[in-house]
Amino acid sequence: MTGMQRETLFEIEQVVFSYDQKNLALNGVSLEIFAGERLAILGSNGSGKSTLLKLMDGLYFAQQGEIRYRGTRLTSELLNQENFAFGFRRAVSLVFQDSDVQLFSPSVWDEVAFAPLQLDLAPAEVEARVAEALGGLNITTLRDRAPHRLSGGEKKKVAIASVLSLRPEIWLLDEPTAGLDPRSQSWLIDFIQERWRQGNTIVTATHDLDVLDDIADRVIVFNEMHRVEAMGTVAEILSDEELLVRCNLAHRHRHYHFDDVVHEHHHLHQGEHQHTHLE
Amino acid sequence: MAKSNNAIAGAVERTLAEVTASIENNIFAEEMTHKPGMLQGLDPRAKILMFLALLLAISLSRSLPVLLGLYIFSLLLAWLSQVPLGFFIKRVWLFMPFFTGIIAIPALFSFITPGNPLLVLWSNPLLVITDRGVMTAAFLLLRVGASVSMGILLVLTTPWNALLKALSVLRVPKVFILTLGMTYRYIYLLLHTANDMFLARKSRIVGRMDSAGERRWIAASMGGLLSRSFDLSNDVYLAMLSRGYRGEARVAHTFAFTTRDWLWTAVALAVAVVAIYLGR
Ligand SMILES: Nc1ncnc2c1ncn2[C@@H]1O[C@H](COP(=O)(O)OP(=O)(O)OP(=O)(O)O)[C@@H](O)[C@H]1O
Ligand SMILES: [Mg+2]
Repeated sequence: MTGMQRETLFEIEQVVFSYDQKNLALNGVSLEIFAGERLAILGSNGSGKSTLLKLMDGLYFAQQGEIRYRGTRLTSELLNQENFAFGFRRAVSLVFQDSDVQLFSPSVWDEVAFAPLQLDLAPAEVEARVAEALGGLNITTLRDRAPHRLSGGEKKKVAIASVLSLRPEIWLLDEPTAGLDPRSQSWLIDFIQERWRQGNTIVTATHDLDVLDDIADRVIVFNEMHRVEAMGTVAEILSDEELLVRCNLAHRHRHYHFDDVVHEHHHLHQGEHQHTHLE
Repeated sequence: MAKSNNAIAGAVERTLAEVTASIENNIFAEEMTHKPGMLQGLDPRAKILMFLALLLAISLSRSLPVLLGLYIFSLLLAWLSQVPLGFFIKRVWLFMPFFTGIIAIPALFSFITPGNPLLVLWSNPLLVITDRGVMTAAFLLLRVGASVSMGILLVLTTPWNALLKALSVLRVPKVFILTLGMTYRYIYLLLHTANDMFLARKSRIVGRMDSAGERRWIAASMGGLLSRSFDLSNDVYLAMLSRGYRGEARVAHTFAFTTRDWLWTAVALAVAVVAIYLGR
């Protein structure tokens, strides 16, 4: 694919990670991420998507194997170095799965200003970036509200604005569409596409097969053993029904048809009412 | 017996739920900080100086009337700042037993504080409440009550962020401010999680639980609560790191000392000096 000519941003090699030294969250994961691509990480609950994003964001570190960012191995010593951390945090941003942990400031304005302030930007520049981010997400009216008292969708927007004000090149999005109503969801897809057209790299963790086509060119699939099961284009992955069932992204269940006969089907969960019958 | 136990457990749960909800609403919502009151209009740095002076006076004063006067002064400040007095007084004194009861009550008795007997509770062995014991306990209660009132007043009328900013502008060590900031987030998450758990439970429970079940639930959920909020605050820290936090939060402030700030700082200093002099 076109990825071949592009700069490699992340090289992830045989990464093993466990939170508690007992249960593995990542079990020898390898992949590469190229500049300017849209990659989706697909996997069922607990397969390790969020963990991988946190490792890529330099928040946790591989216990075996390694992650290289633009050729440099990410280690906690490196992230403690002021000038590396400065450049890295500025370029790579993670939108957390749980907005509640990402929103820790007393007002929306402070939340969105947090990252630019940490970059030591001039006050006027901070003000300008906050205004731009709030305007871009259409949430200027929320600026004085307490983030933790907003609705789920509003929180998600504030979380995105709090990253947008940093103007990152690489977006790591952890289940961005979860819990959003259809309108917010389609707004978010537009937002992702817009960032991508601006040249940003977008990595999205999801188990929502529905939005895959809109947010990704390439897909990697995690299995329940916390390993990469498959990689391919969206079309290739979506057409591999056996793979999706095996990785618990589609499932088998029974239901009644009008003829009163019980059928057993593989179900791809796509949308609320539209089912694809696989056999 | 079982019935009264049940009632107690129910009351404990209700109280916990009320306390967490009320702290979350009153302190974390920062509603009071937006009212157009006197303290709300002051520069946070001025407020910190005022309250430091007043707290010093409270801790140095050795006269009951002076302590009472300082407490009344805190009520006056609350009234000028549109903090509802009933709410304010209740909040402070409702929690007082938790803070001081444990220390104050034993001080009443003769074996801790010798003095003239006021009330004989038991003659053999002799257990009496002494006059000096009552004085000691009253001092303790009033001193803590007045201090807590001042502290609560400062927090109620100042957005938390402004308070932290003011502290860092006043050159309080960064580690201290960071700790305060993390504590705030931690307590917030703790309360928030607790409220969610009470709600989640309420929505699941059908009928009444027996008192043993009630106690078990409270014990189990407190353990879960602590570990959950610990995980959450760890994630909050990661989220701060992710957005470029490097050990010391940079803050934007637009503080400006006005004549009013100078004036009120002077008033508070004067009150403190007079109180220290009178309460020697
Ligand atoms: N803070 C933590 N402490 C201990 N174990 C954890 C922690 N966070 C995640 N895990 C475990 O690590 C594994 C991977 O979790 P992770 O959150 O990465 O999954 P995920 O693919 O993002 O799932 P989901 O779709 O539910 O978000 C799971 O088995 C989970 O139980
Ligand atoms: Mg996840």
